[in-house]
Amino acid sequence: MSAREQILGRLRQRKAAVPESEPPDFSVLTRRQWSAEEKLDLFQQQIESVHGEVLRVPREDWLTPLVGWLLQREVKTLLAPRQHEVGQTLRAGWAAAAGNLGPELKDYDQPIEAWKPTLFSEVDAALTSTLGGIAETGSLILWPDADQPRLMSLVPPIHIAVLDADRIYSNWLDVLRDQDWARSMPANALLVSGPSKTADIEQTLAYGVHGPAELLVLVRQ
Amino acid sequence: MTVDQTFHTRARESLANPQIRANFRNAMDGLMNKRTAAFQGWELEELRTLGAAVRQQALSRLPDLLEQLEASCERNGIRVHWATDGDEACRVITELCQQHQARHVIKGKSMVSEEMELNHHLEEAGIEALESDLGEYIVQLAEETPSHIIMPAIHKNTGEISDLMHAKTGTEPRRDVPYLTNAARQQLREKFMQADVGISGVNFAVADTGTLCLVENEGNGRLTTTVPPVHIAVTGIEKVVGSLEDVAPLLALLTRSATGQHITTYFNMISGPRPEGHLDGPREVHLVLVDNGRSEIWQDDELLETLRCIRCGACMNHCPVYTRVGGHAYGTTYPGPIGKILMPHLQGLEKTQDLPSASSLCGACGEVCPVKIPIPQLLVRLRREAVDGDRLHPSVVRGHGVKRRRLEALIWRLWAWGHSRPALYRMGLSVANRLRFLQPRKLGAWTRHRTAPVLAGKSLHARMARRNGGDA
Amino acid sequence: MAKLYPAKPEKVYFFGTCLIDMFYPEAGMAGIRLLEREGIEVIYPQGQTCCGQPAYTSGYHDQSRQVAEAQLDLFPGDWPIVVPSGSCGGMMREHYPSLFAGTAQAEQALAVSGRVWELTDFLLHVCHIKLQDLGEPIRVTLHTSCSARREMRVADAGPALLRQLDKVELVEPERATECCGFGGTFAVRHEQVSAAMVSDKVKALAATGARQFATTDCGCLMNINGHAEKEKQSLSGEHIASFLWHRTHAEPEKSQ
Repeated sequence: MSAREQILGRLRQRKAAVPESEPPDFSVLTRRQWSAEEKLDLFQQQIESVHGEVLRVPREDWLTPLVGWLLQREVKTLLAPRQHEVGQTLRAGWAAAAGNLGPELKDYDQPIEAWKPTLFSEVDAALTSTLGGIAETGSLILWPDADQPRLMSLVPPIHIAVLDADRIYSNWLDVLRDQDWARSMPANALLVSGPSKTADIEQTLAYGVHGPAELLVLVRQ
Repeated sequence: MTVDQTFHTRARESLANPQIRANFRNAMDGLMNKRTAAFQGWELEELRTLGAAVRQQALSRLPDLLEQLEASCERNGIRVHWATDGDEACRVITELCQQHQARHVIKGKSMVSEEMELNHHLEEAGIEALESDLGEYIVQLAEETPSHIIMPAIHKNTGEISDLMHAKTGTEPRRDVPYLTNAARQQLREKFMQADVGISGVNFAVADTGTLCLVENEGNGRLTTTVPPVHIAVTGIEKVVGSLEDVAPLLALLTRSATGQHITTYFNMISGPRPEGHLDGPREVHLVLVDNGRSEIWQDDELLETLRCIRCGACMNHCPVYTRVGGHAYGTTYPGPIGKILMPHLQGLEKTQDLPSASSLCGACGEVCPVKIPIPQLLVRLRREAVDGDRLHPSVVRGHGVKRRRLEALIWRLWAWGHSRPALYRMGLSVANRLRFLQPRKLGAWTRHRTAPVLAGKSLHARMARRNGGDA
Repeated sequence: MAKLYPAKPEKVYFFGTCLIDMFYPEAGMAGIRLLEREGIEVIYPQGQTCCGQPAYTSGYHDQSRQVAEAQLDLFPGDWPIVVPSGSCGGMMREHYPSLFAGTAQAEQALAVSGRVWELTDFLLHVCHIKLQDLGEPIRVTLHTSCSARREMRVADAGPALLRQLDKVELVEPERATECCGFGGTFAVRHEQVSAAMVSDKVKALAATGARQFATTDCGCLMNINGHAEKEKQSLSGEHIASFLWHRTHAEPEKSQ
């Protein structure tokens, strides 16, 4: 008999039904709702509390503040999407915004196996889009895809995420329901709330243990 | 030697070690305060009730949900394997590694892999298994086991870790947390690039979408499940829930209860291997569902509540016993209150017979449990099983009756005999009151640390009897 | 679930507990007198012995049930049963129903459990007691037992009662909610751990600067007092009922 049959067989043998609890009432999770302005403030407050940085930028011109920030950090190479609107806008306006000073733009256009060492050691920063944000926890929603692969937001020491202010939800349950996640989940979905951190050495916080040490959120308004 | 004997020995050692006591006391005080702060503004009782209901509902549908999970995962391209016990799970995983000629395995944090001693099995097969969670990495360098389920290296301070990394990896002996953290980053990045297989745990397995959820702060979980060509996720069968919506309250409770965070840095939802045309992610994802005693616990309405656990560790953070003796004193994979009610099922009561009694039943664990596991009540249940103490409810746990001693059972029978005969009780009491000058001043363990209580000259019974007899 | 308090009754049953009976009868008397002063007639069933908890927490449920069963017939009237202990009260209120489930006494046990009240909770929320302090100014601290706090959920009552006393300065110890390490047989089965716990508790209580403490349970009292005395600490405690009675009773209690 296979392990599967043994386990399921044992479970199916139970004489009486397992005692049920009262039907779950999820309202406690969605009771706290905020206005658009409050959501942005709360999002910012929460993500800053875990060492994330927020720049509120105008939707029409977010490249200028981005370039300024990158220059300050002395970022030499920036990984950016090719297809997504944020990548296209960035690439289209890059020369104008950055001139000769700006970091070199890089593409993630080959399978990881082909350029692992380069990605792991020669890329300073990566910029990705987001599907939205969550005010209550200060989280970014990412669904990596072929254009913005999983390691883009993870391996380089700096992650820059572009978030549209009108895409901030109060809580994750609202996101699940509003965007109907249950219908079809991607191979990988994530919530990112701050840069990589650990407190495993004597509960002292340290950033960038495995993922980015810095997370910048560009909130487009 | 049984765990039972070693608990006493190890507890004594920890108590005598001021460094260990200070490390745990400080850490636990901090964690308790952070948890309290994180639930500010929440209707916590309502949230805990919801968490308990969601877990209980999932357990009530366990076989159906497991089949649904299997079907959803397979539909998503995740291969599902089943294992009745830890050895079988290790075998399944070792074989998967061998099929891919794996030499190097990188691991994300997984308590179930600790439970089945997976690293040991892999090493026996000539496969290097390296822990990538910083705490687990430190513990592995020290050739120890985790002392806390969330913070594996909490028993060590910075100096000890600095010395350890210096000795084992050649870092500079600096008591500098960012330096040490960065050194570990560099060491482990090499390993991530080399790894043939990544092994992770699972916090919640979602049946309807076939999604494996992983809660972490470091990003090592993401690397483990993305960089190597093969990802093997391993989990106990009880981790399944119905839907993503069910995950929402559990996630809200888990991180706040564990470390007082509103959410962890990364919350991963994995629903399949690298799709066609994508540029990263593993080519294969496997899910290993491990029973290892869980389907036994699940047969009993009361013991089953143990399986609601979401492994937050709040029970140990709030436990006055754990705080004083630390995780290693227990000698078990899961220490603290949850370990006391879980390990007897995984290992049998013979090996764990003294764990259920290592509690003052103060109830702090049950009070903070995010899914309302009645831990004190389950401790009493296991004490009963250990002595076969209830004819109305025959014992069911493996190794039951192991602590029943003739003399002790006789003493309780005599005690019950005396206390169920009021006239006899009053007479005994009155004799004791009169002969109280004969009361021993030494009462073994009690008086090694305390003075003996003094028998009253006249009992409450006697005072009330006299009063009602005349002077009232 | 919010607790529903009854209206102040004419009579109550008093379940004194075996520890009080043997070691601290004056605490029982104090509890009875406080109730009587509120105009309640206190019935003390002479048939009472022990709630059955020692055997229960040790796993000997047959013996626990045998002793508990002997208590069930002691309360024939429909009056509340007041217990000067969170621990014994918790046993009767929380565990009698499951202990007797499926037995001939199930219904009776359930009825009894529903009428059990912890003394301080009862004085505060049912009697609506108003205490008038007659003592000298004093600083005290309080240890609420874990069972009073978490099983009976009456942790608010002790401080509220003590705060009614004008000349009593109540100071909260550090880690007030932490267990004192008693836990019945735990104190001897795991003597080292228990000793570490009570040692910390004594230090925390003493650090408040109070020389006196009150507690809701005689188990904790025996443990904390015993350790403080052994360690020659200038800290001594009494049951909260004794403390309240002494502070609010004009004449010195006649010795019995």
